[in-house]
Amino acid sequence: MLLFGVGVVVNRNPVASALCLVVSFVGLASLFISLDAHFLGIIQILVYTGAVMVLFLFIIMLLDLKEEARRALNAWAVAGGAVVALCLVGTLLHVLGTFPKGEATLPPLVVPEGQTYEDTKALGTLLFTEYVFHVQVIGLLLLGATVGVVALSKKEASK
Amino acid sequence: MAEIDNYHAVLLQLLLVIGLAATMLGLSVLVGRAGRRNAIKDSAYECGMLPIGDSQPRFSVKFYLVAMLFVLFDIEVVFMYPWAVVFRDLVAQNAMVFWGMLSFVGILTVAYVYALKKGALRWDN
Amino acid sequence: MDWLSFTLITTLIKIVGLCFVAILGLVSYTVYAERRVSAIIQDRVGPNRVGLPLTLLGFKKDVSFLGLFQPLADGIKFILKEDFTPAHVKKFYFWLAPALCLVPALLTCAVLPFGSSITIPWNGSERTIPLVIANLNVGPLFVFAIASLGVYGIVLAGWSSNSKYPFFGSVRSTSQMISYEISLGLSLVPVLLVMGELNLVTISQQQSEHGWNLLPYSLRDGFDLNRWLLLIPLGLAFVTFVIAMFAETNRLPFDLPECETELVGGYHTEYSSMKFALFFMGEYAAMIVGSGITVTLFLGGWSLPLGLDNYLPKGTVWVGLLHTAVFFSKLIAFLIFFIWVRWTLPRFRYDQLMRLGWIWMFEICLANVLLTAGILWYIS
Repeated sequence: MLLFGVGVVVNRNPVASALCLVVSFVGLASLFISLDAHFLGIIQILVYTGAVMVLFLFIIMLLDLKEEARRALNAWAVAGGAVVALCLVGTLLHVLGTFPKGEATLPPLVVPEGQTYEDTKALGTLLFTEYVFHVQVIGLLLLGATVGVVALSKKEASK
Repeated sequence: MAEIDNYHAVLLQLLLVIGLAATMLGLSVLVGRAGRRNAIKDSAYECGMLPIGDSQPRFSVKFYLVAMLFVLFDIEVVFMYPWAVVFRDLVAQNAMVFWGMLSFVGILTVAYVYALKKGALRWDN
Repeated sequence: MDWLSFTLITTLIKIVGLCFVAILGLVSYTVYAERRVSAIIQDRVGPNRVGLPLTLLGFKKDVSFLGLFQPLADGIKFILKEDFTPAHVKKFYFWLAPALCLVPALLTCAVLPFGSSITIPWNGSERTIPLVIANLNVGPLFVFAIASLGVYGIVLAGWSSNSKYPFFGSVRSTSQMISYEISLGLSLVPVLLVMGELNLVTISQQQSEHGWNLLPYSLRDGFDLNRWLLLIPLGLAFVTFVIAMFAETNRLPFDLPECETELVGGYHTEYSSMKFALFFMGEYAAMIVGSGITVTLFLGGWSLPLGLDNYLPKGTVWVGLLHTAVFFSKLIAFLIFFIWVRWTLPRFRYDQLMRLGWIWMFEICLANVLLTAGILWYIS
């Protein structure tokens, strides 16, 4: 997963980068699944690799980025990127190092005998009892996004 | 059988299927007859005519729009799955679970109607 | 250790049996059936010649069982033909695309319960083998998620071919597939609402005990008005699910991505030999798994109608095999329905296709979800 993550950044060809991102998303999904979050893992594949990345590929094709692949490396940009990445790694190390709870491993999930643990049901119960309001806010967010998409593409079309 | 073992089975199948695809591709290279190449055979197929213009023409922004709208509405559907699975158990105690989803769908219907009225989903012009 | 090796062996047998023998066998014979059925519908003969070439071995006559060896001959030809990679393509992706099309299609069959379960003696103790490769508790979503990866095969094929028709074909195909994926997901929701379950094994089990979703009557439970009331949204969901699946698998009347009159062969125009065969197999495998999902969700999966399974002993080898046979007969009947539709309906125009997907299907499916929820609320 990390390997393909590096692939995203290093590849000069935008399509190759996008595909590397797809593979690292699948890796992320398998991480979710190994943490017993099966629903989230599958949704990760369904939404991110199945929908969002298809959109990315579409955009790449629409923009026809042939020059991008040929452009020479900009030394300053690479150096700047490296500095930012190092800063991020440093911050992460610091935060994780001073987070005391992180040292204990999670206890294994206890499932009562004769029952199956169903994370989908647990998630559904939580979302639609305690967090109904938050779901509505997400709905509003999606509404805003839709309006934005339609407005933007209309502008392009009328040009 | 623990739950994770099922995913191991999926992994095993994935490896086997990839192996199958690779074997089939390799086999046809090994066994298949290699023909002679020439310039015409190497050119893009356009029903026997010589290729004209750019091989990757621009396409309508509508395809892009459809992809965007798909992402948005797909998220709506994703929220419905956990809701659907628990609905029967919850609705007997509390009708809130019905109204919650109704208003969520209602908000997105507004988005849908907006896209519809703006003609984002019209393809016949 | 013993348990592990047992699981490993049975899983391997299940994968090879279902995925390689059953699905790939069905793929080749669906192609054959497609040609024969279309011939019957169009009052032609169809491929009826290929048989065992016994004359080569010195016999007087060849044997040609109604052309049943045609798929074998096709397969051999696919391997032997020239594997041509045109010079103008992007080589790596050109080779990757067919594999990306086949692999997800074959992977999705992992969650299909193709039978109940079999109990066999092993090392002196009884062991139960569930007849499903992976009993995931997110079954149908797994299928959707993995099937949506098949889009990459098509996009890459069109893009790497570096040629007009494949490019248009792949763009059309992708936007068609994602448009109908929403309707597909939405028509699954009523089933989830009614069953309260995402596990395909449990869904099959419940239908075997209480009657199918589309035939909600079981001899043991008797008549239940509520379940017949739920038949209205479930029937609607079945229709929309099937239509969306036709669109997802690029079958007629939704085969615009590869309509010959406009786009030559669609996204695989530039492909030849085995690479073309992989696309072909991927498409048919997706169709078979799709039929399997429909059968499992709406038509009771491996179960007998009217809850007859309640009167059979559970877990014996014969009952397990009977259930597998029932599952595959339903599957094959559904595949013949697929072929029948192909030769019955004309193709849509692109704007009609998009209007059907985004306006009609989307609205009906959404209304259907709310209708199901309303009925469930009313009867609870």
